[in-house]
Amino acid sequence: MTDVQVPLLTKKDYESDQAVRWCPGCGDYAILAQTQKIMPTFGRKKEEFVFVSGIGCSSRFPYYMNTYGFHTIHGRAPAVATGVKIANPDLSVWVVTGDGDGLSIGGNHFMHVLRRNMDLNILMFNNRIYGLTKGQYSPTSEQGKKTKASPFGSIDYPLNPPSLALGAQATFVARTIDRWQKHLAEMMLRSYKHDGGSFIEIYQNCNIFNDHAFEEYTGVDKFDNVIELKNNEPMIFAKGTKGIKLEGSKATVVDMEKHSLDEILVHDESDLNLAHIIANWTTHPVLPEPIGVIYSIDKPSYNQEMVNQVEMAKKIKGTSCVQDLLNAGDTWVVS
Amino acid sequence: MGKTFKTIDEAVIRFAGDSGDGMQLTGGRFTETTAIVGNDLSTLPDFPAEIRAPAGSLAGVSAFQIKFSSKDIHTPGDKPDVLVAMNPAALKVHRNELIPGGTMIINTDAFTKKNLKFAGFESNPLEDGSLDDYFTIIPIEMNKMVTAACEGIEMSPKLIGRTKNFFALGVLFYMYDRPLDATEAWLKKKFKGKDAIIEANTRALNAGYNFGDTTELFMTRFKVEKANLPTGTYRNMNGNLATSLGLLAASEKSGLDLFYGGYPITPASDILHTLATWKHFGVQTFQAEDEIAGISSVVGAAFTGKLAVTATSGPGIALKGEALGLGVITELPMVIINVQRGGPSTGLPTKTEQSDLNQALYGRNGEAPLPVIAAATPGDCFFAAYEACKIALKYMTPVILLTDGYLANGSEPWKIPNVDELEDIDVNFAQEKNSEEEYLPYLRDEKTLSRPWAIPGTPGLEHRLGGIEKAENTGHVSYDPDNHHKMVELRQEKVNRIQQDIAPTEIFGDDHGDMLVLSWGGTYGSCRSAVETLREEGNKVSHAHIRWISPLPKDLGEIIIGFKNVLVPEINLGQFLRLIRSEYLVDAQGLNLVRGRPISASTIVETVKKKLD
Ligand SMILES: Cc1ncc(C[n+]2csc(CCOP(=O)(O)OP(=O)(O)O)c2C)c(N)n1
Ligand code: SF4
Ligand SMILES: [Mg+2]
Repeated sequence: MTDVQVPLLTKKDYESDQAVRWCPGCGDYAILAQTQKIMPTFGRKKEEFVFVSGIGCSSRFPYYMNTYGFHTIHGRAPAVATGVKIANPDLSVWVVTGDGDGLSIGGNHFMHVLRRNMDLNILMFNNRIYGLTKGQYSPTSEQGKKTKASPFGSIDYPLNPPSLALGAQATFVARTIDRWQKHLAEMMLRSYKHDGGSFIEIYQNCNIFNDHAFEEYTGVDKFDNVIELKNNEPMIFAKGTKGIKLEGSKATVVDMEKHSLDEILVHDESDLNLAHIIANWTTHPVLPEPIGVIYSIDKPSYNQEMVNQVEMAKKIKGTSCVQDLLNAGDTWVVS
Repeated sequence: MGKTFKTIDEAVIRFAGDSGDGMQLTGGRFTETTAIVGNDLSTLPDFPAEIRAPAGSLAGVSAFQIKFSSKDIHTPGDKPDVLVAMNPAALKVHRNELIPGGTMIINTDAFTKKNLKFAGFESNPLEDGSLDDYFTIIPIEMNKMVTAACEGIEMSPKLIGRTKNFFALGVLFYMYDRPLDATEAWLKKKFKGKDAIIEANTRALNAGYNFGDTTELFMTRFKVEKANLPTGTYRNMNGNLATSLGLLAASEKSGLDLFYGGYPITPASDILHTLATWKHFGVQTFQAEDEIAGISSVVGAAFTGKLAVTATSGPGIALKGEALGLGVITELPMVIINVQRGGPSTGLPTKTEQSDLNQALYGRNGEAPLPVIAAATPGDCFFAAYEACKIALKYMTPVILLTDGYLANGSEPWKIPNVDELEDIDVNFAQEKNSEEEYLPYLRDEKTLSRPWAIPGTPGLEHRLGGIEKAENTGHVSYDPDNHHKMVELRQEKVNRIQQDIAPTEIFGDDHGDMLVLSWGGTYGSCRSAVETLREEGNKVSHAHIRWISPLPKDLGEIIIGFKNVLVPEINLGQFLRLIRSEYLVDAQGLNLVRGRPISASTIVETVKKKLD
């Protein structure tokens, strides 16, 4: 379906005629703009993209994309998208969800869609808050968060989306940030190219209910607090001044003035153990926040296996018609 | 031996034993042979919810009832003439249901002290005379019999003991003069390569037959002549298979591949199991993580142009409610099957009930009307499923099909339909813009109010669907109060328009009289039998059966006016009754028995008579 005389389209072609209604300054704008910009470069026909979302601020996304789209119900987008993808595996199906939509009410579907390696591109806008319902804490909110629903601070512990995804047997796990425009586009391209289920957690600022949640990674100190993962490259950050060393399964930050490059941990996207270790650096007090592709392997997708099974059954059993089935079994004639 | 034959019109027999005794299988074999012999028949399997309740316990009793006849019949019968009881627990559970003077065929080898105690008998009912006055008891040492019959076969005594159900089957084949060859052929096919098992069961079957022949216990054998069924080729058909076939037929006739997304639940799982074997018909079955994902995947597949279906039972429908509303507001074609079982909550998973009608009609938030059709008999599930698909595609709407545990597992001889003669199902995906500037996903057909169906992948028709209220034609989000009111009315009106597709209601009997028995769903058979009996006795009673409950048929109001009384028998506390009362302002009465079993025809007869007195 790819690379066949696709007319050259531009960002404009991917913009719908609907007025965008997020709060001014919301991180969702940047993600939308980047998506509209990168999609035409994929070399695929526009009508083959489908955006499926749940409910939340983030889930309004499909209305603004001039592609096929479906704004469904809270938490169920992965399941609806599953139906779309099985029904027509030639489509490029994108799921847009939030931290509440995808991990709270829809946690079950999130886990299973990854387990099956359903070839969906899941974009989770994680603002660590329920935006649409006006600011309750979410499953990724830090403990102690004061919201209208937790005036004394929330007593819930947050979960770690990449760890959850890896535990669910995801074959592609990445993280990016709304403000990191180029990186965001790069992750989306990687996801698009990944043949199988992919999960991108996007740190997204909700400037109304959880402003500055990701300040550490977007503000002036960002280089000290973030490590950008690059496959087969040593894990150095803070403009090359710091690196990560692994002793056993314990990672430590080291000063690059005192250590040489070959002591430094090298990223390997296909190493599941390493991926689990990296995922655990999320919101770590000492280790930098991992951004980029944490894990990526090839594995046959559910939708492809489904196609194969149907084809195999046709080959083995041959095609027949319903009338044959009706007439099968023990029959007798009344005359 | 001087045995005599007595020709009878019909007989009802019930096999009852422990879950491990193979009663469903035995009943199935008796059914198959009875069908081949040419009787009309109707069956009622009745099994426990526990897969392996402790052997010999009351909870573990599994039963299978069949009524067969030389006449056209509609129910599996009320009280059996013959009860086969393979152990004390089976006797305990079923003894009170046998007709007075009925025959009990009992495996006395199972009447050990331990089993008797387990079944709660203080003394052995075979010895204390408690049964003798009421029934003809035929005690048989079945375990000993099969052990003797299988002598020389290299098989453990335990496995040989397991053949006793075939012994019992042989006895009944003798009693009712049925051939053994179909069962023998079936054994050969089923246990292909396992010669010892084939041999042992075949010998047990023959031993049972011969026992009947030699024993003095049976002096009379019974003949039930062929039924006078309409000509054609027949097979035995149960409801879940019929439903599956109906869906597949609709797939073939519409040219749309079938997508099934669902989560296993009794008594609907067999639909998933059956469809999963039809991959070579292009059927895609998706076993989802729960019912919510099941219906959600169906919504997605419907958006993408499949004939999308899910099947479940009441608890599953409860979970699917929100997504069904999404299907209603986005006007996507799909079929949702509820094989009803006893509720609420887990209720009686393996028993039948009609108590999810309100759930089907009203079980969603907001004004979320959708068409509801109910199947009448096991074989009718085929036509009901077909019709459900047809209406869903024609009107672009979710349709609920109600069947129930009794229909799903019950069976009847079924005249095989000709697929060519089924009404066509036309589907046209939108290919081009339907207005000058843009594609309007909600531009409606004037007659059906149905909207066009443009599926992802179609160039130029990119559009967005969603669960937020939409403006007419464009489908854009709209919070306008007047628009919402209009949409609410429009969605109801669309369902109402389906009346144009509903066949006129047939009245069995006169179109006026003292009483109309009005039924829906699986109570069809009992109601029809009851009204046949009442009419034969000269009562001015008629029967009307309703297939589409939403919308109701146009002519029902007229029909009701023709009768002084209306009786609505249903296996719930009056859900259809209340609908009829409110729709037609008629003082209809209910007959409501919620016992997890079909309402018997005799109960309906009695009730009608009492009311007419
Ligand atoms: C069944 C159901 N329950 C609750 C809601 C209300 N609700 C809508 S969005 C939402 C949370 C959204 O949070 P998130 O997924 O993080 O999205 P965000 O708005 O932050 O982008 C809730 C609780 C709903 N729409 N449906
Ligand atoms: S509430 Fe927050 S997430 Fe929602 S649109 Fe406003 S800024 Fe964005
Ligand atoms: Mg959120």
